[in-house]
Amino acid sequence: MAYDKFTVLRSTAVPLPIENVDTDQIIPARFLKATERKDFGDNLFRDWRYNSDNTPKEDFILNDSTYTGKILVGGKNFGSGSSREHAAWAIYDYGFRCVVSSFFADIFKNNSLNIGILPVQVSPEFLDKIFTAVLADPKTELEIDLPEQTISIVGTDEKESFAINGYKKHNMLNGFDDIDYLQAMKGEIAAFSEKSFY
Amino acid sequence: MSTTPTTLFDKVWDAHVVKKIEDGPDVFYIDRHFIHEVTSPVAFLGLKNRGVPVLFPEKTFATADHNTPTINQHLPVQDPLSANQLKALEDNSAKYGISHWGLNNPKNGIVHVVGPENGITQPGMTIVCGDSHTSTHGAFGAIAFGIGTSEVEMVLSSQCIMQPKPKKMRILIDGKLGKGVTPKDVALFIISQITASGATGYFVEYAGEVFEQMSMEGRMTVCNLSIEMGARGGMIAPDETTFAYLNGKEKAPKGEAWEAALAYWKTLKTDAGATFDKELHYHAADIEPQITYGTNPGLGTAITKNIPTAADLNEGESSYKKSLAYMGFAEGEQIIGKKVDYVFLGSCTNGRIEDFRAFSSIVKGRKKAANITAWLVPGSHIVESQIKEEGILDILTEAGFQLRQPGCSACLAMNDDKVPAGKYAVSTSNRNFEGRQGPGSRTLLASPYVAAAAAVTGVVTDPREFL
Repeated sequence: MAYDKFTVLRSTAVPLPIENVDTDQIIPARFLKATERKDFGDNLFRDWRYNSDNTPKEDFILNDSTYTGKILVGGKNFGSGSSREHAAWAIYDYGFRCVVSSFFADIFKNNSLNIGILPVQVSPEFLDKIFTAVLADPKTELEIDLPEQTISIVGTDEKESFAINGYKKHNMLNGFDDIDYLQAMKGEIAAFSEKSFY
Repeated sequence: MSTTPTTLFDKVWDAHVVKKIEDGPDVFYIDRHFIHEVTSPVAFLGLKNRGVPVLFPEKTFATADHNTPTINQHLPVQDPLSANQLKALEDNSAKYGISHWGLNNPKNGIVHVVGPENGITQPGMTIVCGDSHTSTHGAFGAIAFGIGTSEVEMVLSSQCIMQPKPKKMRILIDGKLGKGVTPKDVALFIISQITASGATGYFVEYAGEVFEQMSMEGRMTVCNLSIEMGARGGMIAPDETTFAYLNGKEKAPKGEAWEAALAYWKTLKTDAGATFDKELHYHAADIEPQITYGTNPGLGTAITKNIPTAADLNEGESSYKKSLAYMGFAEGEQIIGKKVDYVFLGSCTNGRIEDFRAFSSIVKGRKKAANITAWLVPGSHIVESQIKEEGILDILTEAGFQLRQPGCSACLAMNDDKVPAGKYAVSTSNRNFEGRQGPGSRTLLASPYVAAAAAVTGVVTDPREFL
């Protein structure tokens, strides 16, 4: 599915300083029953966000109106567990375009890049600086510059580079997706398949 | 002729690269693709919207498992959303000519159980599925891993995905496992040592005497749990155990094709002198029956030990305390003797015949504890038939247990098999995440032996007492 191009994103951020945020927390399995990609943002962090009677849990960050923005900042090993792309869809559909952490689970990282969320991996020290700044002042903005591959805390000298491979960077900058790329390679793939052992 | 020593992983990976993109991923060819009802509908919708066909429908296999009831499967599925997903899988499979083992098909069961038991999974293959426990198939010396729905659409439309090649790790365990120590304990032990993210970015090869001596069922359990240490997948070199398991399976090669396959499969091992990015080495004698006490699979310990304190661990202290608070446990507490409410035997981790044999060996001649609700869910109809043929069902019935029908069931609680809030479940499944087995449920992951011991005593019990 095509997504919006990503170049430079400057936004306030929502801090979630918890480690090992697994995809069952991002969206529990009982909300995976749809047959189309629609309204997954409503159930983002469902059981952390709502009580069993569907009233909001006041101490959860998404229910704190002082924290808004297009950047979600999570603790180490973000997105572990299930391969459900629904987790990335829920984050995107809620309105986030970027997730920052010191460490991402592999499948979540792939899923995010495939749907237009930029996963930005920073050092543990830089992650601490972001949490400190954002928790001290919810109006703190972060700037993610994809062409330059940098993330900075706006109004400070704090800045760090992040890694992304050239192919994926090009895709994100242009809103391209892998499926179109592979469609264009079908001849080569069919020839490869002819030689396949299985 | 001298060649560079190569790992099993490199041999299989490199044989499947259609194209290397400079400063990008490999265009990676997929031999077999499994789909189920939860992560495939949006991929099919994508195909429809793009107006592209399924390139090789004969290489994709569909089975319904995640969202199916485990009782009364002959009746219409009551949850309309679940029924709709099952119907979508059936319709999409029919539309594109994909083999579909739906509810009530005698081949139906959990995708990672039915693939191997029907011989679809073979050494040297690349296998993907929109499910993280696809790593299970690595037990056959395949490269197998979970993918997202966008990638499901890629495989359907082009039989390829775009994958950066992971780093390589070898985990070597020598010696012989002690009494009551199962493949599940081996995997939980490794994860407790390296944490739930200790192998992120790596593909693991398991090697050494412990794995060489293991049955295919056991190898599947270990490889299944690779994702719980963060690994992309795990694999074990195929050997005579593998070949004996596959020989005669429905989709396995036959006759001359079998001989040709065997000749190739015998080359699939890591050469002496091949190097890994990381190597870990453990001793079988150090592994006891394991159990988890926290909310990620890395928070586990030998069942005889006490819950560690935050100071003992490499986890962030606040996350660790949050985890224990959720579980209702305190640092330093003993786990043995903790009251249990539910026991779940099943899932792609421990829903195979060997797991039911292990469970029944402990409950035989004993009775289910009154405080326990037990859900015993075979991984497939074939496993269910074996349970009946081997007389295991009689043992279970005599001990006060009932057998349910195949499916993923309480492992992820998408169907009605939900552990209620606050209740404790000893589960043979793979994840103890908050709410995984139902909102507010508290999961202790363990082997079928530990599950059986809890089922007859009503509390966490060292199963070696009964063996």
